[in-house]
Amino acid sequence: MERFKVGDTVKVRIDSPSGHYRTPIYIQGMTGVIESVCGRFKNPEKLAYGHDGYPLETLYTVEFIQRDLWPDYTGNIADKLLIDIYEHWLNTINEG
Amino acid sequence: MSNDQHPNHGHHETETEVQASYYASRSKAIETLLVEKGVMTTTEIDREVNAMDSKSPADGAKIVALAWSDDLFRTKLLANASEALKEIGYELPDKTPYLKVVANSDDIHYVVVCTLCSCYPRMLLGRPPDWYKSLAYRSRVVVSPREVMEEFGLRLSDDVEVRVLDSTADMRYMVIPRRPLGTEGFDQDSLAALVTRDSMIGVSDPLSADCL
Amino acid sequence: MLAVDGVISDMGAIMRGVHDRGGLPDDTPINREEHEMMDWELRVDAMHAVLGNKGLRSTDQMRRVIESIPKDQYEQMTYYERWAFALETLVTENELLSAEEIDQKMSDIVGN
Repeated sequence: MERFKVGDTVKVRIDSPSGHYRTPIYIQGMTGVIESVCGRFKNPEKLAYGHDGYPLETLYTVEFIQRDLWPDYTGNIADKLLIDIYEHWLNTINEG
Repeated sequence: MSNDQHPNHGHHETETEVQASYYASRSKAIETLLVEKGVMTTTEIDREVNAMDSKSPADGAKIVALAWSDDLFRTKLLANASEALKEIGYELPDKTPYLKVVANSDDIHYVVVCTLCSCYPRMLLGRPPDWYKSLAYRSRVVVSPREVMEEFGLRLSDDVEVRVLDSTADMRYMVIPRRPLGTEGFDQDSLAALVTRDSMIGVSDPLSADCL
Repeated sequence: MLAVDGVISDMGAIMRGVHDRGGLPDDTPINREEHEMMDWELRVDAMHAVLGNKGLRSTDQMRRVIESIPKDQYEQMTYYERWAFALETLVTENELLSAEEIDQKMSDIVGN
């Protein structure tokens, strides 16, 4: 069962996995909104070491406001960045 | 890397060329050994080379042309790209990564990147261009998409919303660019001829109608 | 707040991986020149695919290997040089080949 649905506000965790990771530094710690639920996939952090990647995890497309990400961002205030993030990297804003 | 031709007697290999020839010999050694040991065959390798070469932006352009002229297909394509493509004879692999198609409009403009490596809809468009894989594109397009698009000749007005898509996981994104003005009544081939690879990445717009 | 090289968290500074390029300061114009792929590059790409078909390699493993390249080298290597490096690392990691065999074969080929 997915933890989040479209429209939920989420915060990306800050973490330093000891190996492979697919959540870029620029998005860690940032707050965005679930734009799409992509489906359930194997965990790349485990696949990278030959593990079978189970249990499957829900992948989300999360939408961020560019001006929230970059202090000097110029351009339309509505400009956005969308990025695909695995569920274990996301928290509700209360969890922080 | 320099493409200049030097006369043989005056030619000194650049560091770049020395390095490339190291990797060329190294990978030749690896290929020879893998084949000698029965891990793979030369035929299998050749087959993959051909498989990759067989994919190009041409199919993407045909799909965009169809989406421009057939609203029902366009809706299906945006909802579930694999299913919509299966209906018109494109069988994409039924395993990750999956294709997702997004559409530009007068209000919204998508541009795609993979900041972490080079994820690209290869299953449809073939190999990405060198610049897409470059460190400069990967660092800059997320933070300054409009400046990057200007380098590609596209200046969007401030009231268009730019959406950068960073493909970090199991989805691969292709953009349906905006249909150029003055193309009503164009046939599929003419429409497809306007669709550039770069416009399906989102860094620039398709060619204009008067290009034909 | 995002600092260039990493993030500040409760755990202190977290450094970004060599592959993690988004937002790195870079004023370089995008070089739009496209190079015709060399034969060895096509074949490295293909060997990765064949190994993948046989379950002897995954995209994630390859990425992990590429991310282990030290920063200066990563930034200086071309795209397919990184793939060639990853190919060698994966086939030796999986014990399909040894580095010594590859050295020997390479010197046979180069004719040293």
